[in-house]
Amino acid sequence: MRNHATTPTPRRAPGRAPRPPAVRAAAAASAGVVGLALTACSSPAAATPGIDDETVTVGTHQPLTGPAAAGFASISAATSAYFEHVNANGGINGRTIEYVVKDDGYNPATTQTVVRELVQEDEVFAMLNGLGTPTHSSVLDYLDQNGVPDLFVASGSTTWNQPEEYPNTFGFNVDYVVEGAALGQYAADQDPGAVVCVLGQDDDFGETFLQGVELALGADGVATYQTYSTSNEDVTAQIGAMRKAGCEINLLATINGFTAMSLGTAAKMGWFPQWYASSSGGDYPTLVEFLGEDVGPKLLDGFVSANYLPNSPGSDWYELFQQINDEHNAGAPFDGNTVYGMSVGYLFAEALAKAGEDPTRESLVEAVESGELAGNGILPLSFGPDDHAAYDGVGIAVVSGGVQDFVDATYRVDGDTVEAVEPEPVPLEDDGVPTSD
Amino acid sequence: MTRTTARNGARSSTRTIVLRAIMLTVLALAATFALDPFRNYQLAVVAATFCATAGLTLLVGLTGQLSLGHGVLMAAGGYGYALVAGPAADAGLGGVGRFALGIAGALVLSAVVGGLLGLAGARLRGPYLAGLTLALVIALPAVATQVPGLGKDQGLGVPFEAVPAPLAGVMVVEQWHAWIAIVVAAVAVTPLVVLRSGPAGLRMRATHGDEVAARLAGISPARVKVTAFVASSVSAGLGGAVLAVVAQNVGPGRYSLAFSLLLLVAVVVGGLGSVGGAAVGAALVVLLPWLVDTVVSGAGMPADLEQRLSGNLAVAVFGALLVAVTVAWPGGLAGATAGPRARLARRRRPAPAPVLDPDTDPAQEPTSDPQPLTER
Repeated sequence: MRNHATTPTPRRAPGRAPRPPAVRAAAAASAGVVGLALTACSSPAAATPGIDDETVTVGTHQPLTGPAAAGFASISAATSAYFEHVNANGGINGRTIEYVVKDDGYNPATTQTVVRELVQEDEVFAMLNGLGTPTHSSVLDYLDQNGVPDLFVASGSTTWNQPEEYPNTFGFNVDYVVEGAALGQYAADQDPGAVVCVLGQDDDFGETFLQGVELALGADGVATYQTYSTSNEDVTAQIGAMRKAGCEINLLATINGFTAMSLGTAAKMGWFPQWYASSSGGDYPTLVEFLGEDVGPKLLDGFVSANYLPNSPGSDWYELFQQINDEHNAGAPFDGNTVYGMSVGYLFAEALAKAGEDPTRESLVEAVESGELAGNGILPLSFGPDDHAAYDGVGIAVVSGGVQDFVDATYRVDGDTVEAVEPEPVPLEDDGVPTSD
Repeated sequence: MTRTTARNGARSSTRTIVLRAIMLTVLALAATFALDPFRNYQLAVVAATFCATAGLTLLVGLTGQLSLGHGVLMAAGGYGYALVAGPAADAGLGGVGRFALGIAGALVLSAVVGGLLGLAGARLRGPYLAGLTLALVIALPAVATQVPGLGKDQGLGVPFEAVPAPLAGVMVVEQWHAWIAIVVAAVAVTPLVVLRSGPAGLRMRATHGDEVAARLAGISPARVKVTAFVASSVSAGLGGAVLAVVAQNVGPGRYSLAFSLLLLVAVVVGGLGSVGGAAVGAALVVLLPWLVDTVVSGAGMPADLEQRLSGNLAVAVFGALLVAVTVAWPGGLAGATAGPRARLARRRRPAPAPVLDPDTDPAQEPTSDPQPLTER
């Protein structure tokens, strides 16, 4: 076993001078340095980047490829379509919005690179709707250090709501505690004696959701808590355990793919309990796509989920968004992601309009903190100087006859209490293009 | 040649290497002032990757042990750093102390993992060792999810290293991180170069050339292999620690199988056994995907085609580059530039001072000239 195919023995003609390896390193490193060298410098800069008299540039990191692409790639397309609608209607304070979308493949390592590229190369005015808890967590400090407004993060983690530590970061999704509490309370209201179980993703998502459920039902209100990992596409063991525990209502802190998988797996076992899903995994059109047109609608009849956006078919917002989708998004499939993406766009446009004639990064953050933003949700926004979470309540939507719509149940979480409230949907004005007054 | 002259020779060559390393480090530190923040970030990542490729090129080129999982060793360094620096930050420690503790954690964890792999490597050969390292890199995400305290898919947060107050007016954080990366890379790679040109390097080449002959000459191949693995692993671990500091996070996502394979491609393209080649390779690993993506997004292609090419085209370019380089310069890019530079060096130093007897077996002579792959 003398030789190895890919590992040569160094060899040299006798008498040739051995070159010190450092010389090579020197040459290579200087070549690298020269290759890298561009004219710009690394001294701390001053002027507000990403905004001039004609345009405002905002950036985002989204999973356009990779494991999360199937569920979320359509969001940024919807947001872009909404901005095109705004630009076609004269923009905000005369400025058009340019939305730079970078693919991070849902890999935190890539997120770090593309966000630096957005901030330093594309010089974005603000970050908007960066998607994912693990991905966005990895750039949180970086954005904070650079004073970039980090608006409306696409995740329900409570991490984004830390005004003291991250004064420029704001969440968009209702946080998972609120969702868990609302769904738990709805379960208790519907069927007080039912055995309630939770299936959650084995990260922040599942854990904070469980906290919410326990807030509503008490610490011993959950019969069993099962977890799954996104890297293992099988939930048979978990569903089996839940069936054995006699669960009647299953609360799901799952993403769409795993919601569908849970329902499908249980159906294969001949088990049909009630399913309550968080807004991250409760989008009817998406679930039908996963489960198939033939069995999907049957399995999903009576399916309960939480939501906080104008997802009611027939509402003004819903129809406007459908129209924008046809005009500016080439008629892409219209689902919860579309409404989500456009709602994010609307909220940003509103914040920009409120940030003054000549917005700065500071005035944009102030506008969001002012508490004057209305958004387009079914409940008022909860933004304020001490609260960087967008919503503190959700409505309950139920699928009935192939249509997912809100029922008469809306909950808010105030501190440690869950209370039923009346929804206060925001009326549509000015064709969905916010103005500064 | 007597023992003393050999030792003197070794000492003087060590001094030259260290002096050159210091010179290069200062040069690189100065160069950061000419770069904008994003390039400095890229430079930091290149420097971190260089730590790994330098170790890998030594391991593969000199001892012939093929590691397909060098990313795991970087990850070990990153986790080692995070596991120590995180609690240190919680305990209120900051500044140099916390950084030093973190680096110590990175050193320990990567040395342990590297040592264990080296022990296996001393018993396994060729494809079996490659298979073992491959299995490790595939197992990494599962390990990160299953072992408590490693933060699952999300990874571990790493305390932020801000620009120290005296330098705050002069540089932004990217440049400071580039400085950290350059200094750590220098500290990681210089010992490898010293090791390579000294008696340990000789023993590695001897073991690689013919294990039985090496054993007859009084060399313990097992010890040599473990040493090489540990040295290479520690260097990779330091690189992983730097990446963790720069990214403020360490997770399994960065250290995919593709990344580990790219590291290997990088050292083969750069030239096996050549430290300069490893630097070129590291730069390729970091800059090529970015360059390809920039070209693709600038070419104005249809969105769905662009999306399909995203990430994939860079891998194809790497493959093509590997084939092209192997055909054109079997010794890698380092071999391609060796000819002209050798002539230059001869003109500069007409009387070379060989460290070894001229009649030593050529296979054991110290050299930075990797043999063409095609000749084996």
